Amino acid sequence: MGVYSYIARRVMLSLIVLLGVSILTFLLTRVVPSKPEIRWVGPRATEEQIARAREELGLDKPLYVQYWKYITDFVRGNWGISIRTKQPVLRDILARLPASLELILASMILAVIVGLPLGILSAAKAGSTVDHLGRLLSIAGVALPSFWLGMILQLVFAKELGLLPLAERADMLVLLLNPLKHITGFYLFDSLVTGNFTVFVDALKHLVLPAVTLSTYPLGLCVRMTRASLLEVLGEDYIRTARAYGTREAKVLGKYALKNALGPVITVLALTFAYSLAATFLVESVFAWPGLGRYASEAIMTVDYPAIMGITILVAFTYIALNLLVDIVLALLDPRIRLG
Amino acid sequence: MLKGILADLRYVKRTPLTLMGLAGVLLLSIVAACATWIAPFPEDARGTTHIEAKFEPPSLSHLFGTDELGRDVFSRVIFGARISIVVGLFAIGLSLLIGVPLGVVAGYIGGRVDEVIMRITDVFLSFPPLLLAMAISVTLGPNLLNAMIAIAVAWWPWYTRILRAEAVSVRERAFVEAARAMGASPGRIILRHILPNCLAPLIVQASMDLGSIILTSAALSYLGLGAQPPTPEWGLMISTSRSFFLTHWWIVTFPGLAIFVAVLSFNLLGDGLREIMDPKVRRRMG
Repeated sequence: MGVYSYIARRVMLSLIVLLGVSILTFLLTRVVPSKPEIRWVGPRATEEQIARAREELGLDKPLYVQYWKYITDFVRGNWGISIRTKQPVLRDILARLPASLELILASMILAVIVGLPLGILSAAKAGSTVDHLGRLLSIAGVALPSFWLGMILQLVFAKELGLLPLAERADMLVLLLNPLKHITGFYLFDSLVTGNFTVFVDALKHLVLPAVTLSTYPLGLCVRMTRASLLEVLGEDYIRTARAYGTREAKVLGKYALKNALGPVITVLALTFAYSLAATFLVESVFAWPGLGRYASEAIMTVDYPAIMGITILVAFTYIALNLLVDIVLALLDPRIRLG
Repeated sequence: MLKGILADLRYVKRTPLTLMGLAGVLLLSIVAACATWIAPFPEDARGTTHIEAKFEPPSLSHLFGTDELGRDVFSRVIFGARISIVVGLFAIGLSLLIGVPLGVVAGYIGGRVDEVIMRITDVFLSFPPLLLAMAISVTLGPNLLNAMIAIAVAWWPWYTRILRAEAVSVRERAFVEAARAMGASPGRIILRHILPNCLAPLIVQASMDLGSIILTSAALSYLGLGAQPPTPEWGLMISTSRSFFLTHWWIVTFPGLAIFVAVLSFNLLGDGLREIMDPKVRRRMG
């Protein structure tokens, strides 16, 4: 099978799953709740608002007509009005996305920088004390409740030691004295390109604790996947051949084994990115980080139905898109995947 | 089959991390079962308040201190173990109840049916479990029972996948063919031949998942979607006390530690079991 027909097949499959996701969210929005229109306008809505919502949602029409309207509305960017902010949900989400992406990217970079070497070390010395420690760390990272870890870090590093700021993305006073020009919405990037170093340092300090908190899960996974995947590759014949030729162990590991072991690691990390979008719900609410996660956790507490459903769909779509992207990239790089 | 699993357990001794996990799980089970006798103030777990004794730091009479309503944190953490274990077992049980039959049917029958079932699992697996459980909890309404149902709805596809893979590989084996040749019905083949052979990977996965499910249910409760006050659920305890934790560290520290220890124990045990039941790994351990 050629690489293009493999890609075509993967795209088709993703489209089918996408259709399924839209049906599932449609069911959760319109069919499972007993009075969906009340969910949609909130418990304090007037009779008139409820009647308007019922008409807007088309609840008197047959299900397939409702579903069609649901899909077309969604594609047109009409994701409903947030009950809490009274703004269109899509606009709310887009406004908060950069803050979350900055946080998630920082945590992923942290996870890879620490996790990859640890995983390699663990695999190279399988069965040793280092390996046991690496495995303990990888399992502990996945077992830590992030919302609790965030509070403990705040307690130790912000309150007791006073080393880092407690919460938020930047100090209000610093921002007031050194106004930041918004280009991408990424504070670190924007402050760096405009030469606003005071804000850069301040934003970086604010980023440390939430990024560390969010990174424990991807870090654990990264160590675990690197170790497992490398051990698998190290058992193969070509590695034995390389060793028999007297190749240095560092070269065997770094050049021959790692290259073939990275595929599964990349896949897992890409999928963890989408998981992190959900994990920020907890972390951002602890650190008052003004991103998608805090928006989501506030939406949950006020039962802001349109906002919750908008975020749910967004994360699922991100997950599917990333999955597809990684599969295509790996297929282009590694002939075994598309031929196998 | 069961004998094989028991024989495998000999290897637990040789893996210190697995032993740690097993000890943690046993401790948690004992604490959960005997909560009424261990907890010094069992009435505090049910929500009795002593406002005059609020914010007392850890001492001999209150090992983990008291919370903002004067309740003994130690007693509440002890009773929290019971809730977490029950939530975990219920959610796992429900997921197995949905996931196992679908997986066996998909793997054994194959063809169109298999294709449809697997695409449905793909759809559910496109959501991070926490997010899907959250969306379902919001839809059903916030309480502990709905949180458990929501978690199960987010989790079953993993079991369908495992069971399908096992059923596909067992289906072609000679003893299944022999049973079919002797006229055994599909139901009998599934119950007597396929399911027992899927037991080992299922036990491993379930023990790993118990940890993740306890963590997810704590997160749901933290967000206000699971247990409701005054239930002594660990995630909820952290959530209700979060405004006071900077000045009274013990209120959130101990429930969080309990979540961590519980999840870590199940993960260590599950991970160890997986390695032990993998013949490739076992050969290396000798």
